[in-house]
Amino acid sequence: MILTKIFKNAFMIMLASLVLSACATKKVTNQMQGDVYTGKDTVEYLASGVADRVFFATNESVLTTASRETLRKQAAWLRKNSKINVVLEGHADERGTREYNLALGERRANSVKDYLMTYGISGNRISVISYGKERPVDSGSNPLAWSKNRRSVTVKAN
Amino acid sequence: MIKYFKYIIIFLFSITYANALIEVDITRGNLNPLPIAVSPLSIDSNSNEALQKTLKIKNIGSEISKVVENNLQTSGLFNPLSKDAFLQKPDIAHLKPRFEDWSLIKAQALITGKVIYKNDKLRVEFRLWDVLAGKEMMALAFTTVPTNWRRVGHIITDKVYERLTGEKGYFDTRIIYVSEEGPKTKRIKKLAIMDQDGFNTKYLTLGNELVLTPRFNPTNQMVTYLSYFRNLPRVYLLDIETGIQEVVGDFPGMTFAPRFSPNGKKIIMSFAMDGNSDIYTMDLENRVVERITNHPSIDTSPSYSPDGKYICFNSDRSGYQQIYVMKSDGTKVKRISFGKGLYGTPVWSPRGDLIAFTKLHKGKFYIGVMRTDGSGERLLTENFYQEAPSWSPNGRVLIFYRETKSDSEGKGFSAKLWSIDLTGYNERLVDTETDASDPSWSSLLSN
Repeated sequence: MILTKIFKNAFMIMLASLVLSACATKKVTNQMQGDVYTGKDTVEYLASGVADRVFFATNESVLTTASRETLRKQAAWLRKNSKINVVLEGHADERGTREYNLALGERRANSVKDYLMTYGISGNRISVISYGKERPVDSGSNPLAWSKNRRSVTVKAN
Repeated sequence: MIKYFKYIIIFLFSITYANALIEVDITRGNLNPLPIAVSPLSIDSNSNEALQKTLKIKNIGSEISKVVENNLQTSGLFNPLSKDAFLQKPDIAHLKPRFEDWSLIKAQALITGKVIYKNDKLRVEFRLWDVLAGKEMMALAFTTVPTNWRRVGHIITDKVYERLTGEKGYFDTRIIYVSEEGPKTKRIKKLAIMDQDGFNTKYLTLGNELVLTPRFNPTNQMVTYLSYFRNLPRVYLLDIETGIQEVVGDFPGMTFAPRFSPNGKKIIMSFAMDGNSDIYTMDLENRVVERITNHPSIDTSPSYSPDGKYICFNSDRSGYQQIYVMKSDGTKVKRISFGKGLYGTPVWSPRGDLIAFTKLHKGKFYIGVMRTDGSGERLLTENFYQEAPSWSPNGRVLIFYRETKSDSEGKGFSAKLWSIDLTGYNERLVDTETDASDPSWSSLLSN
């Protein structure tokens, strides 16, 4: 009895959160979670199943659960291909001042670097560059475009 | 906020009005610009013929007067009258204006002048007249090379502006900026320099690498900027005359957001390492690098006070981008912005009393000013996107750039330079040959 009650409550909460998130992302159905891009439109692959980029929330450099999963795959791929070095390109969206965005892009790329290093990739194999808001991948001025542009892209350096 | 300011301005105006002959009060908005007649400068036929050959300009006298007229108009403080209504010939007016004629067309001030070409030199004299009082207010002459004729127009404007407002002008100045072309995702950027009125544009880089945020040194001969040369974003120093450029310092990572110290001897900038950006200076004489901030947050966009004793910058150490002031050695850091929203790009006014900034609040961008202790915040303009104000050398006008919204294909996007008076009035598009961003105003070239 109690169990079904708990279950019911949980169900209600889940329903509520579904409704809420549906409101928040009304226009861009299932491509954003909060304001972090979760789609695949711009993503390229370093190897089969190894996505090249992770996305960030506005003003954030914290890695999401999905980003960490992507990066663990990148780390595994880098461990297998020990001769390959990478450049991490950090980017920001166009809704910030240019100079701050340069710093933010650098901070994002470094949070990726830190994570890859904790999975055994030597810092010597990783370099970092920030483009700030200078190289958007989507040129639109809308929340979905901005979410695609807040990213760190792992690029083969050799 | 703007309304509140209006009352203060009117109050100031009424005080000064009592003892004014003609005088233009620049602390108020452009509600009542001063009617001024700019008579074409007279030129004798020999000089005109000779100048037509060297400069390929039909009548240099009237061209210089057009430069003056356009400057006065742009300032928002003057209303240059139509030349069609002028009754007196330029040469005669310059000797002795018939004040009745000029007051008939409602001119309160009159500028006349004369151009002579002699020994390959351009000699320009001009006079400023108070029409109502029937008096000469100023008479000056300059000699220069003919190709400098636009500058003569700017210098005349500066003199007139100074005589009528009591403050230095800002017309004989240049703007350095980033010229932009191409689609948003592959923007091509070049350093460009032009006269304050948009003429004489020159490109200083070719567009092979990304360049950002150029800034003049106090003598306007050097520029510091960020270049992605060889894909290594670093602060560079460029000598405009020689074209020689060099990297500033030997940092193992990105340096950015450079500016000169007020005496031109140091460059202050951010250095980013391991996800943390701090502020550093490098002495250009002995190459000594000094670390000014040491905080695990983003510290950037530093700008010195004109006396060199303080630095304003923005930092997200509170969790969000805010403006801070510290002593130039990095001690006594104090947050000064406390309004709602994010604050960036603080720039100290050349007069020392104000800091201009960019503010982001509820999806809108503002250019504003506040006192150096953070009080008296005043927002001058609101838009979809604008940032990076730079002061005119007299601290009366701000230039900044504004970007427009684009659709999902990137259409509709533009980046342009705009200027606005400190009063919040007189917002104007600044003409550039291409799209433009990151403007920086020089100091007065002649002085």
